[in-house]
Amino acid sequence: MTDHDTHPKDDHEHSELSPLELRVRALETLLTQKGYVDPAALDLVIDTYQTKIGPRNGARVVARAWSDPEYRSWLLRDATDAIASLGFTGRQGEHMIAVENTAGVHNLVVCTLCSCYPWPILGLPPTWYKSAPYRSRAVTDPRGVLRDFGLDLPESTGIRVWDSTAEVRYLVVPQRPSGSELLDEAALAKLVTRDSMIGTGVAQTPGSAS
Amino acid sequence: MTYQSRADLGGRPDPRAVVPEPEDELFHAPWEPRVLALTVAMGATGLWNIDRSRAARETLANYADLTYYEIWLAGLENLLLGSGAVQPQELREGHVLQAAIPISRKLETGSVAAVLARGSPVSRPASQPQRFTVGQAVRTRAGQPDHHTRLPAYARGKRGIIERVHGVHVFADAQAQGLGEQPHWLYTVVFTAAELWGEPVTPDAPRSVSVDAWEPYLEPA
Repeated sequence: MTDHDTHPKDDHEHSELSPLELRVRALETLLTQKGYVDPAALDLVIDTYQTKIGPRNGARVVARAWSDPEYRSWLLRDATDAIASLGFTGRQGEHMIAVENTAGVHNLVVCTLCSCYPWPILGLPPTWYKSAPYRSRAVTDPRGVLRDFGLDLPESTGIRVWDSTAEVRYLVVPQRPSGSELLDEAALAKLVTRDSMIGTGVAQTPGSAS
Repeated sequence: MTYQSRADLGGRPDPRAVVPEPEDELFHAPWEPRVLALTVAMGATGLWNIDRSRAARETLANYADLTYYEIWLAGLENLLLGSGAVQPQELREGHVLQAAIPISRKLETGSVAAVLARGSPVSRPASQPQRFTVGQAVRTRAGQPDHHTRLPAYARGKRGIIERVHGVHVFADAQAQGLGEQPHWLYTVVFTAAELWGEPVTPDAPRSVSVDAWEPYLEPA
């Protein structure tokens, strides 16, 4: 777009940096000097999504739904409030819907138009979620996409794809794995993978969890 | 017709496999988190709304050639230029040449947690009666409007069923054009794979796809 990354001063100071790195640094400097952004606030945004907001939040929601039938019905009826009760709210999760996998139906979430994703419970979307192959194929060939993740569903399982085209965000509640009957919520949460909450995976079975 | 989205990918032929990624792999270059944070922080200034930013990204001529955060970076630069927040020469030279324009708020360290936890809810009070009810058959609008829209091409001119009513939400098409919020009723509309892709009906293992559609996208079927 611009070639300000070849500015001689920048070249001298940042000779080891890539053109993109230089371009972003120059932009951040400009926006800081103009008073639009505070670099310390930028650091905090990054830290938040690296250390505080990620798929372990969603795993807690699912583990609670598996353990507490009342919470499960609340989650399926009003996911925004049920998820907020565990402290997960806000940006890119203002309007939540939870959809539950059953023996007969497997749910899969996509955003074919961009990268809409429930940030408060899953954090930032993985690269594949934002990639052209996923966004193209999830709606036409969900079975093939699931096979890319090593998941081969029985032919008898129906597949429901949710395209996140507005500001509603979706959480898949995976099926509770067999053998998990005696586990408490904290142990259950460890079985809940990020991919199982998007629908490109299933929950791990006890003993196989990392 | 001048508006063209290059981001509307659903249903396009793509022979490539999807490549899984570990949960802790968030960024692939040191500049990517800075672009994320700059985008979040500039979004908080109120100089534009989320639908305008989506429009800025999806209309990039080289969208298909860019990585995701390259798209965000180019989109952000265009929004900054389009809003007058930054001049082209400033972007080229990397330093300030002109006074800043007024912003509604600046994201400060003390408010980051609260701003992220609050988000920007888009539900609004209803001012019109709800036109469709759960279970009703509808047909989606056909054709490509000459502006940003959230009805994917694959779901245009298709017959579906209203499955959920989400209430009244800010209308992306209006907001992206700078026409205000113009809130409308929002519905989940579910389509069979047979309707969308002309596949044989498989009653034993039904396959369906839903979109969230504002009322102006829909007509009774």
